[in-house]
Amino acid sequence: MKIALFATCIGDAQFPQAPQATVHLLERLGHEVVFPQSQACCGQMHVNTGYFKEALPIIENHVRTFEPVLDGEWDAIVVPSGSCTGSIRHQQKLVADDAGRTELGKKAQAIAGKTYELSELLVDVLGLEDVGAYFPHRVTYHPTCHSMRVAKVGDKPYRLLQNVEGIDFVPLPEEKSCCGFGGTFAMKNSGTSTAMLADKMTNIASTKAEILCAGDYSCLMHIGGGLSRIRAGIRVMHLAEILAGTKDEPWVSPSTNTTLGV
Amino acid sequence: MCPSCAGHHKAQPVEDTTELGWTPGVPEPEDPLRWGDKFPKGAAENLRNTQLRRNLRYATHKIRDKRNDRVAEMPDWEELRDAASAIKHQTMSNLPELLEEMERNVQARGGIVHWARDAKEANEIIHQILVEKQVDEVVKVKSMVTQEIGMNKYLADRGIKAWETDLAEMIVQLSEDMPSHIVVPAIHRNRAEIRAIFANRMDDAPADLSTDPRTLAMAARAHLRKKFLSAKVAISGSNMMIAESGTLTVFESEGNGRMCLTLPETLISVVGIEKMVPTFKDAEVFAQLLPRSATGERMNPYTTFWTGVTEGDGPQEFHLVLLDNGRSKALADEIGREALHCIRCGACMNVCPVYEHVGGHAYGSVYPGPIGAILTPQLTDSMDRHDPNSALPFASSLCGACYEACPVKIDIPTNLVRLRQRVTDANRGGIPDMWDVAMAATSPVMASGKAFDAAGRAAKLGRIVAGKKQRIGALPYPASMWTGARDIPAPPAQNFRQWWKKHEEEK
Repeated sequence: MKIALFATCIGDAQFPQAPQATVHLLERLGHEVVFPQSQACCGQMHVNTGYFKEALPIIENHVRTFEPVLDGEWDAIVVPSGSCTGSIRHQQKLVADDAGRTELGKKAQAIAGKTYELSELLVDVLGLEDVGAYFPHRVTYHPTCHSMRVAKVGDKPYRLLQNVEGIDFVPLPEEKSCCGFGGTFAMKNSGTSTAMLADKMTNIASTKAEILCAGDYSCLMHIGGGLSRIRAGIRVMHLAEILAGTKDEPWVSPSTNTTLGV
Repeated sequence: MCPSCAGHHKAQPVEDTTELGWTPGVPEPEDPLRWGDKFPKGAAENLRNTQLRRNLRYATHKIRDKRNDRVAEMPDWEELRDAASAIKHQTMSNLPELLEEMERNVQARGGIVHWARDAKEANEIIHQILVEKQVDEVVKVKSMVTQEIGMNKYLADRGIKAWETDLAEMIVQLSEDMPSHIVVPAIHRNRAEIRAIFANRMDDAPADLSTDPRTLAMAARAHLRKKFLSAKVAISGSNMMIAESGTLTVFESEGNGRMCLTLPETLISVVGIEKMVPTFKDAEVFAQLLPRSATGERMNPYTTFWTGVTEGDGPQEFHLVLLDNGRSKALADEIGREALHCIRCGACMNVCPVYEHVGGHAYGSVYPGPIGAILTPQLTDSMDRHDPNSALPFASSLCGACYEACPVKIDIPTNLVRLRQRVTDANRGGIPDMWDVAMAATSPVMASGKAFDAAGRAAKLGRIVAGKKQRIGALPYPASMWTGARDIPAPPAQNFRQWWKKHEEEK
């Protein structure tokens, strides 16, 4: 398949390891990945903070960039983030309609129909639950609110993780509780956000996992930032990073990337 | 408040809380829909209260688990939610007609109907009836709408004591506090605190009062029994009004409500105009959804229906006060209309991680939690940044647990986002705040691949700030709102698109 990658703004600028691993994984599985250069952001941060007017040009750019999928130039669009997938599916049309831009809304909705979060692409579109990955570490998984309740990826990430060879997967207590990130909520309501994070970290630590995995680097930035601050000795990794490597060819993110935690 | 001097005694700041055995709560405010600080500040206060946080965590998790069990055993839960949502939608679309139908049917059955535009009018109507009845005390069924209009305070200022008979409301009343939850008003108190409140404030509390729930309940029971038997007038709200028959209902756990609804000679029910369903058949849907969502019970122990007056049985005079208080205005608005679907089950509060950590008082309204965050600003028309209620739409991480739990499927997260937009738009044109500046500055960068790439490359400077450890631990305000508790990794030496370029070349 020919798959267009939406790296997400945070993936492009701050955590390239997620889109890099996504590329590595999909190419290893024999697919062609393309990266449309004009892409930037889905607009979620502006929408969630209440800045619809400022979100509109961002959404226009996203729609313009990924429009070719409607003409069949690519088979699908992959996003290594549940919240950005959710934003593309539900917020872009909302903002376009709110601004009276019905055509833009319709186009955004059509593109959203071809847009998949990584685990959805692997399981639903490519029909894979075992991607041949090897990862001999103790791992726990935080489902992230927007993956779970907005993008509705369900148990796909778990099915993928459970098929990873060598993995010691341990469930996270109270996994469905929010970690307290919530975009600008983490700053606007810093104290509450931190209290929520503290509970999340307590649950993570109780699993004795070496690695906390999730499908969203925004939540991972928050949780990882907290784990790093308390020197918890627990690293955070994106699902793509765990699925990317095999026994013969382990995937190591480029040394220029910084990691959180430890 | 000592019951003997009730009604003419203002809350005094308590010096020694250790002597009391509980921390004082929030004294009754002037405006029950707008009190205290802006949310982040109110929340910060409560976050320091470790006892409160423990109580909340214990209680919300307990109700949450119970609710999940009771919902899981329903094969048609999702269909019920859809049905409830559809009934509410239909009701809101025909509200004026349904209210008139309700009025006709109540009158046909010997009831008296009053219309109140706002809290003041409602209180005046109620007070006038009580003056005519020449009573100086009334018993009350737990009711959010009487909290919303500050009725107890209004009556107390005029020498009439309204006794709360719901156990939790009574605890709140005795401790001169405000409710912190719409179903479980004393959710912020534990057994030890309740024992101390009873021991200090209940005139007939047994000397050997323990923290055993049964003992506490029996003490409250004995205390209340006298009030039930002596009260001539009762005041209630209603969970649901049924237009086709003019019937009202109260769903409750303790039976104290039924005592109030059946024993006194006169009953006054104050009800928000949105608490309407068209037919008896519709009530069946809510009878399944409400107790399961509210308390995690298959059915609540006491459900009372009443229609007008019945000679020789129950109250012989019945007044219905239909309250607007901002609801018509909300009804005319897309978001407000959906908020009015709320059946006040509190399920959204019980699952909300923000509520769980800060408690109901932080929201500065008798309607706290996720639903309060959309309902309160609507009822009070609070879009101006200086209005403390304007911060409520931002008091959420948008995790969506509330939407998932809501039995009538109110899309709270989306409505929160839309209200945020309204707050933002209502404040455009003035002096821009930090967020206005940040959002305006980042918009063009995030709307162009080229600009974003350039900004990403520039951010590499951050690596120098981060130093050898490649971890940023302390930054000045406003970034300190993040780095106060969380590190930020240094930006990568190479953004993704630079890596991609190389990757393409290597292929």
